[in-house]
Amino acid sequence: MRPEVPVAAIAHQADKLLSPDWAKVVEITPEAEGIATYWLELEDESLRQRYRFAHGQFNMLYIPGYGEAAISISSDPEKPDRIGHTIRFVGNVTRAVSRLKVADQVGLRGPFGTAWPIEQYKGRDVVLSAGGIGLAPLRPVIYEIYNHREDYGKVVILYGARTPKDLLYVNEFPVWEEKDIELMVTVDRADQDWTGQVGVVPMLFYRARFDTNNTVVFSCGPEIMMRFVVFEGLARRIPPEHIYLSLERNMKCGQGMCGHCQMGPFFICKDGPVYCYEELEPYFHLEDL
Amino acid sequence: MANKKSKKPTIAVYKFSSCDGCQLGILNLEDELLDLVGVVEIAHFLEARRQVLPGPYDIGLVEGSVSTPEEVQRIKEIRHSCGILIALGTCATAGGVQGLRNFEDLEELINIVYEHPEFIDSLPNSTRVADHVKVDYELWGCPVNKYQVVEALVAILQNRRPNLPQYSLCLECKRLGNPCVTVAYGMPCLGPIVRAGCGALCPSNGRGCYGCFGPMDTAEVDAFIPVLKSHQRYPGEAVRLLRTISGYAPAFVDAAELILAQEEE
Amino acid sequence: MPDMKLTLNNEVVIQKSELDALLAAVRQQGYQTVGPVIKHEVLQYGPIEGISDLPQGYTSVQDAGSYRIKNTGHSRYFDITPGARTWKEYIYPPRKRLFTLSKENRHWERVKIEEEIPKYALVGVRPCELQAIGVLDAVLVRKDFTDPDYFARRSRLFILAVDCLHPGDTCFCASMGSGPEAGEGYDLKLTELDDCFLIRIGSDIGLAVMQELNWEPATAFCQQAAQRGLEHAARSMGRHIRDIESVPDAILDNLEHPHWIEVSARCMSCGNCTFVCPTCFCWDAVDEVSVTIKETSRYRVWDSCFNLAYSAQAGGNTRPSTKSRYRQWLSHKFGNWQKQFNVLGCVGCGRCITWCPAGIDVTEEVKVFQEVSS
Repeated sequence: MRPEVPVAAIAHQADKLLSPDWAKVVEITPEAEGIATYWLELEDESLRQRYRFAHGQFNMLYIPGYGEAAISISSDPEKPDRIGHTIRFVGNVTRAVSRLKVADQVGLRGPFGTAWPIEQYKGRDVVLSAGGIGLAPLRPVIYEIYNHREDYGKVVILYGARTPKDLLYVNEFPVWEEKDIELMVTVDRADQDWTGQVGVVPMLFYRARFDTNNTVVFSCGPEIMMRFVVFEGLARRIPPEHIYLSLERNMKCGQGMCGHCQMGPFFICKDGPVYCYEELEPYFHLEDL
Repeated sequence: MANKKSKKPTIAVYKFSSCDGCQLGILNLEDELLDLVGVVEIAHFLEARRQVLPGPYDIGLVEGSVSTPEEVQRIKEIRHSCGILIALGTCATAGGVQGLRNFEDLEELINIVYEHPEFIDSLPNSTRVADHVKVDYELWGCPVNKYQVVEALVAILQNRRPNLPQYSLCLECKRLGNPCVTVAYGMPCLGPIVRAGCGALCPSNGRGCYGCFGPMDTAEVDAFIPVLKSHQRYPGEAVRLLRTISGYAPAFVDAAELILAQEEE
Repeated sequence: MPDMKLTLNNEVVIQKSELDALLAAVRQQGYQTVGPVIKHEVLQYGPIEGISDLPQGYTSVQDAGSYRIKNTGHSRYFDITPGARTWKEYIYPPRKRLFTLSKENRHWERVKIEEEIPKYALVGVRPCELQAIGVLDAVLVRKDFTDPDYFARRSRLFILAVDCLHPGDTCFCASMGSGPEAGEGYDLKLTELDDCFLIRIGSDIGLAVMQELNWEPATAFCQQAAQRGLEHAARSMGRHIRDIESVPDAILDNLEHPHWIEVSARCMSCGNCTFVCPTCFCWDAVDEVSVTIKETSRYRVWDSCFNLAYSAQAGGNTRPSTKSRYRQWLSHKFGNWQKQFNVLGCVGCGRCITWCPAGIDVTEEVKVFQEVSS
């Protein structure tokens, strides 16, 4: 007995296992020291027109010879023909990305993974709490709120970075604030010019005002930060089903078949990266899972 | 990266205390050598050509262990004249087979071996290059896997980390479909704690691994010792196996000492 | 040939010598016949032409960390239980080139590679191994995603299964419900009796093959002999796990139990268990760059959760210790696998017991967790 699969569904990709589509770098926006946003356009016209992504999903970007890396999409899902990736240059692949110039090619597979369920929370207050590069996968949510501000209640961004120089999207801060998106920013280490908060992101929770009975929390950042975000969120009586986290693991395939990104029963690439905390709760506290 | 006179990066190959086998490994790159000289300039490689281009060089490959005071001086000079330094082979990464002397009384050995011991000026131990200068990459093996040499050079040209496996030899061996020599034939084999990279040469030929690629980073020595000991074919084989080629690698030194201590009890 | 018309699920009998004709008929259908052969004193899988290539008279003596073949001179062809190698390599090769790219004028072009995917007839697939192929199907042929390379190879397979009448010393398929009788999924199934093969037809291709042969209707005597053999086999498993239904919870409820530390002290983190496992499916993708840097080939290779790089990521390694890696392996096989794919990852073949150089016995480890949770 052979496995039952709609053969036609996979016939066209018999030799396309892990084979990327090609995109061109159309613009590079420096964001911070060692971080830039790469704006990509798929080369194939029909692919470009069909390509859609949701808030919080990621692509596998491929530089031949260097390998693939999972990079979250940080641009506006309503403009899917121009895909933005904010990338920190830390690994083999991302350092190769840092040497790309406009018009260079990048392999792209995706989009993969689950999305922030922002549209389910229309009419409610939204708290976005991000640490470091963790703001990048939340930016599509900020675009959504920005584009449809009237659909949401109070919106607060709690954002922290190591130093003021590491803050992302600072040029957009005034634009967000104009649309009544409250921004609370903190850094671990201040420099001479910094007049804002110093400390960790979860600390900002105490000062943020929102309707705890009617709020959703989206968080992305180092796992240790998210643990405290969850702690503070629960302490403010936000139910676990209204707290969402985006996790990071070593992702290779994006389809839950290479095994690398497992955490307990989950393939983070396919069942995540965005999880409702309620679903994550039994596993989140286990060390080295 | 490129030297002023030539657009291609320059390579220098040096020999220290060694058998020249790793240098021969480079010369044995029959299919790749022509392509290689198309992308790099071999500026200093005395085993291959007499002509030497003046330094400094972009990439230095050092074969052999540092085992005399003169070599200590020379490796420091080489470090200064090379942008990237690669330790080539297990002599350079762990002291090599001549590291056997590290476990004996040096003076006694010199007196036994040499007719004129007074001419011998030797360090107390045969040491790896990284004991004396900063090493950028280590290529293990006795000899090195010539394809890993190519991979390291290509990776440097591409400005990326070389793809050198860090997992156990067993994984490489199993991918090839070899029967496990320990399980199927009862032979001692260092495979479970040795890094992959050689292509599982010895087990593919029905022999146990003697660890020329050195201990892998996650070598679980404590778990491995009882396995090794229970497959010894004569007393002392476990320690000999550990000390033969990469014996002066810290994990193997520890393993051998642990076994000796257990035997004394 | 008798008057009876052959149909699916028929049981018939052929003489042992007729196996040569059977294999020839399978090859006639376009398959390469591969089966059990003794090579380097271990049972392996390789090309076979006929009955004389089979390991007649051989058996194996297996224990945790130990394997030896033995020729006892018995007359049976399919009596020896598997060695380290699995059929997995025929449908999911340990190393496979995905594509080759060539760079011209800052542009990557795909180099055309002609690759014909072979049609293999797997001869002598044991019940545990048949179940293992089913488990791989559940992982790699899914509604949301199908691995096209696996599917292409898998759908070209012909499977001749054999019931397992003489299980080995590390076998526990009866505990896992995957043997000793072969379940669904074969084209033909064979039960080796003393003087003949009892054959059951499982597919149309199997039927077409059988129509080429000299067969006789199975007698009740033969069927009873097979049944008795299977009952005896179920009782003579070398290893056991009792109450398998309780295992997933017993393990998943005790992920922080100190026993993980105890077992990891014996584990070398070498990964042998993952590569001899017929269901372990993890892989890595690696690029190989030509010396001229103009060409890059991407390969898919088997990977293991015991490889430190498996769990490496920008923020640090998520499973830095052997304890966490062993826990991942065992809790995946016997726990989370079921949550992910609705089937357990273990089929009871016993390979990870035999081929663990340190002799770690999963049935013993599972027992510990059952005891602490009861």
